[in-house]
Amino acid sequence: MLDTRRIRTDFPILARKENGQRLVYLDNAATSQKPRKVLDAVVHYYSEHNANVHRGAYALAVEATDAYEAARTAVARFVNAWAREGVVFTRGTTESINLVAGTWGRANVSRGDTVVVTAMDHHSNIVPWQILCQEKGATLRMVEITTDGRIDLADFGRALEARPKLVAFPYVSNSLGTVNPAAQLIKLAHAAGAVTVVDGAQSSPHLRVDVQAIGCDFYAVSGHKMLAPMGSGALIAKPELLEAMPPYHGGGEMIERVWDDHSSWNKIPHKFEGGTPNVEAAVGLAAAIGYLEQIGMDEVSEHEQQLARLAIERLSQIEGVTVYGPRDHRAGVVPFTCGDIHPHDLATILDRDGVCIRAGHHCTQPLMRRLGVAATARASFYIYNDVDDIDALVNAVRKAGEVFGVLAS
Amino acid sequence: MSDLGDLYQQVILDHNRNPRNFKRLESANRKAEGSNPLCGDRIQLYVQLDGGDGTMIRDIGFQMPQGSGCAISKASASLMTEAVKGKSVRDAETMFQAFRDMLAGGANAPGKLAAFSGVRAFPSRIKCANLAWHALHAALQNSAEPVTTESAKDF
Repeated sequence: MLDTRRIRTDFPILARKENGQRLVYLDNAATSQKPRKVLDAVVHYYSEHNANVHRGAYALAVEATDAYEAARTAVARFVNAWAREGVVFTRGTTESINLVAGTWGRANVSRGDTVVVTAMDHHSNIVPWQILCQEKGATLRMVEITTDGRIDLADFGRALEARPKLVAFPYVSNSLGTVNPAAQLIKLAHAAGAVTVVDGAQSSPHLRVDVQAIGCDFYAVSGHKMLAPMGSGALIAKPELLEAMPPYHGGGEMIERVWDDHSSWNKIPHKFEGGTPNVEAAVGLAAAIGYLEQIGMDEVSEHEQQLARLAIERLSQIEGVTVYGPRDHRAGVVPFTCGDIHPHDLATILDRDGVCIRAGHHCTQPLMRRLGVAATARASFYIYNDVDDIDALVNAVRKAGEVFGVLAS
Repeated sequence: MSDLGDLYQQVILDHNRNPRNFKRLESANRKAEGSNPLCGDRIQLYVQLDGGDGTMIRDIGFQMPQGSGCAISKASASLMTEAVKGKSVRDAETMFQAFRDMLAGGANAPGKLAAFSGVRAFPSRIKCANLAWHALHAALQNSAEPVTTESAKDF
């Protein structure tokens, strides 16, 4: 296990009390807390180097540009991108996927084509494809999941028989914690002639990710779930795909030359970064990556898996509790219900003990329909969580059972 | 624990477990659907207004799809149906106003509805308590538009 006692001191927010109790933050799949190093990096950027990037002919602007581009290099290294030009800064996973749908998708998907997603995808990896398919008259095919919460490989195979233009799936499910066999799925998709989009929102913060090893074409990252500021994120792509794609947002920075009636485009990745970018977010993301690399991503995932195993074991001992998702191949995400207590009531009761969990559909309504529940409670872990947090979670769930009279005796 | 006890009062837990008027009303001449997209709460409300001049609530029922109602929203719907059944449309609207005022920090609503005064201390749950009442308001206004907690400005 990680030295959480030391790590916790790096996170100012963890010193605050919640309803008079130690803050037990277990909603990391929604967003992570931020270490002092990230907060300081943002303040330092504004205090020392702030200017608009890529255009100033003065020292300060060069410094700002250097900081921004150094962040790009950090992201490229972190996920082993094909090239630093293959890292496009975005507001996060949602924008990254919309970028692919709105550019590659609009250029390559036409009437009668098929786009494949899975029933465990987050709405951000479903809705952009729905919009694209509706616009183009294409078919959106949703691959089913198995009863234990994995992508149904037989159905995945059937979906590929339509020779889809594009296959999208999450590396790690935000609702179930399932770690999908990304390399295998991508190999199958490629054999069927599809381009692949991997939603990396829940994998980048928690696993060692190597986009070249899994072999995908597009990989989407959110910074705010991995210690970085909200509004930070990236699309990682094969440079040759980005070269061939039309631009996304028109505006400054993304152009090479602008005539009265047409324009030519800047080089990648700038072609996709119209307007003044969120430099503070990029700088904060670089600091977050530095922090995670110092701990080591293998250590991060091992720590979370241990917490998840313990939480599943302890929660399962409580009468009435059902834990969802597979028993193995899972990240630090533990979805559960407790008898007929609605997850929102659970979350309210847990909050009184300072335990923050998510309750609801987790932006995965198709998945909730398949699980046959309207909502689940979800505890999700990160580097600053420890066994004390699991004790607090388990005790608070027991208390909820007592309030609602679910528990025997 | 005491404030949790204020929120989950026995009457609320009772109505959550055994909701009253929890039925589809075949004789309904007004219907409304309410939802809270944030938490997935959904309610179908059925109202039978008196055939004479249509100013009296003769019968009322509600349904929530399996698992889609938290304790607060379900108990609130249940207690609401008890409170307004047999009452005039005008009285029901007055109760709605009193209920809303209570949750906004005002005086307690009359009768058993005061059980929801504890919700005031839980801002994230006020919409749960209000959901059924907004559906009732829509049904009485004969509005075809489904109400959601994200559309009403003063939910």
